Amino acid sequence: MSATSPKDVRSQIAMVFHLDKCIGCHTCSIACKNIWTDRKGAEYMWWNNVETKPGTGYPGKWENQDIYRGGWEVTADGVRLKGAGKPKSLTNIFHSPHLPVIDDYYEPFTYKYLDLIESAAGDDQPTARPISMITGQPMDIKMGPNWDDDLSGSPDYARQDPNLERLSPGEREAMFQLERMAFFYLPRICNHCLNPACVASCPSGAIYKRGEDGIVLINQDVCRGWRMCVTACPYKKTYYNWSTGKSEKCILCYPRIESGQAPACMHSCVGRIRYLGVMLYDAAQIEAVASAPEAEVVQRQMDMLLDPFDPAVIAAAQANGVADSTIDAAQKSPVYKFVKQWHLALPLHPEFRTLPMLFYVPPLLPVMATVSQVDRGEQSRQINPVGKHWPDTWLYDTTTKELFGTIDDARFPLEYMARLFSAGDSAAIAGCLKKLMAVRLHRRRETVGDVAADTVATALADTGLTPQLAEAIYYLTSLAKFDDRFVIPAAHREQATELLEFTGDVRGATGFGFKAGSAKRGA
Amino acid sequence: MNALNVVLLVVFPYVAVIVCVFGVAYRYRRRGFSVSSLSSQFLERRQLFWGSVPFHVGILVVLFVHALAILFPGVVVTWARDPVRLLVLEVTEYVFGMSVLVGLGFLIFRRLANPRIRAVTSGMDIAVQLVLLTQVALGLWIALDFRWGYTWFAAVLAPYLWSLVQLSPETAAVFALPVTIKLHIIGAFTLVFLVPFTRLVHFVVAPLHYLVRPYQQVIWNWDRKAIRDPNTPWSRTRPVNN
Repeated sequence: MSATSPKDVRSQIAMVFHLDKCIGCHTCSIACKNIWTDRKGAEYMWWNNVETKPGTGYPGKWENQDIYRGGWEVTADGVRLKGAGKPKSLTNIFHSPHLPVIDDYYEPFTYKYLDLIESAAGDDQPTARPISMITGQPMDIKMGPNWDDDLSGSPDYARQDPNLERLSPGEREAMFQLERMAFFYLPRICNHCLNPACVASCPSGAIYKRGEDGIVLINQDVCRGWRMCVTACPYKKTYYNWSTGKSEKCILCYPRIESGQAPACMHSCVGRIRYLGVMLYDAAQIEAVASAPEAEVVQRQMDMLLDPFDPAVIAAAQANGVADSTIDAAQKSPVYKFVKQWHLALPLHPEFRTLPMLFYVPPLLPVMATVSQVDRGEQSRQINPVGKHWPDTWLYDTTTKELFGTIDDARFPLEYMARLFSAGDSAAIAGCLKKLMAVRLHRRRETVGDVAADTVATALADTGLTPQLAEAIYYLTSLAKFDDRFVIPAAHREQATELLEFTGDVRGATGFGFKAGSAKRGA
Repeated sequence: MNALNVVLLVVFPYVAVIVCVFGVAYRYRRRGFSVSSLSSQFLERRQLFWGSVPFHVGILVVLFVHALAILFPGVVVTWARDPVRLLVLEVTEYVFGMSVLVGLGFLIFRRLANPRIRAVTSGMDIAVQLVLLTQVALGLWIALDFRWGYTWFAAVLAPYLWSLVQLSPETAAVFALPVTIKLHIIGAFTLVFLVPFTRLVHFVVAPLHYLVRPYQQVIWNWDRKAIRDPNTPWSRTRPVNN
């Protein structure tokens, strides 16, 4: 498949989030919070958060790198960290100019609940005042987790979305007309990038990528709180613990992954939007891909992901120490299907050049649905006049007369989606959405039958799909069971243990877990 | 009086250095999680700039010049024989000393005035700041009151410090020094003594190695190639990180 044979094949645990299925319930965030960040200094951290788009997100305007200076940029000398690196990580060490402060996230708070039961009797009901979880003092809450939830169209949040910059004022106004307004949810965790900016920026060398599965971790014993990773990560997914003086980030629930369980956010996902599996990639290409021109970054990233069925790739992977079980998992990977086989999923903000390994299936619904005014007089007359009538004259319509007319003429500008998922390439977004639409048409014909056969055939042919492929996409989107959505390779810790110790030593040794020889009595 | 001199200017320096070396080694190896710069920029950004930058830049220059004078007293004295050079040296040191004082002033004010910063302040943080403040104030006072330190330093203090290093303390000259200078010496060793018990430990882990390491770091839990090599099924390969 690939023209040149891969040089350095590694495996990566990659993810796909299917945005059409996200209902914005925040169950993922809570699952993560309960396990990992319910601690002093970490109250404000949401390793997993769900944002409303259009919106400013968390921390506010994190996508605007003129403010936060995250990610990489291409200069005459190649690809460089924007706000950190050599020597900036050292020269900015006494005061890091682009570091967000806690108010960019929110000041964590709780309530003085005890006042409700312990206050002295009085004329007024006692109240539970909000108190800061940093200072313990009473405070006015100005912001909290998901403060901008569902606030599409709001001047403070939705209209401040950095991705709107390329849209004309007219397009923006059209987006935010009250009756036409739309939004979707964007769940975010650490992308476990192939070219992580946090790793590159860390002066202490505390952050590293695990070779076996590509999970990016911060060694808490080595972190010294120089906080450059917070600046460098363009997704703002490393967090500074203000109490311990160490940075923390999503660990992709590696203790769960190693024991074959899905990460907590994915396991608990109500909409079942999350998929996790192995991707094989050619590590030798990382720097070249990260330095590619902006228009090519997405395609180059897709090209460096390898076909796990290609014998040359398998041989190179085996030679590089990738376990057979991992290669097997790569062949069954739902991520491989969405990203490489079906071209349905795209990385978030590929122009940051960290080569993120979390891919998103762009949401079709807010894009294609149209809203028009209709006369509902007839319907209203049919409803029981005493009960109610139907005063609303707006119709939310997700059907389409022309095949892909609503996508090309989207009420949710494709340019906006392209800023998010394809470095501005609207055609890539349109391609994904048309495929999703073709699958819908196909299934509509199967289940309801009110779509003409040739219409479906045209739609499938236009998007390069076959009925079998459409069925496969439908299955993995709508019916997939747990084991289809999460294909987790064995961690092979048992082999690691064998390498830790010379097993020949164990026989005749004393005790368990150490290798001291037995004492020679009387010697 | 002499006994007190011996305790503070001979015994205490040795105690301070020994405690510092073993304390830092212990803390680094056994309490690695506690070794951090404990930056509070995340809670307050604006005031920190006016404190941290002048303080750190100032103290780096001041310590560097002090170190030069201690390590190469002969060279420094010879170089500074010319009055203009001596003046440049003294003024530079004084300016950066003032920078330390001003920065430290901002830092102390910020630590006490900002409720968020107070919430992450320990008793030892205050202790360190007070000792530092005293030390810097003493240093600036000495620079004014006992001017041209780079001429008498080489004759009096450098030999004393070197004699401590050589384990044969020569104390006569130091015991005769004015109290201000003695206090400055004791203050310096107090700071050395405090390193393993306070946030001062962060200067020991200054990340200069960042300049020479590659940007990306990948760590393998085991030797991925050896594990598949049929010739060494019971390999002794020991991964460095386990």
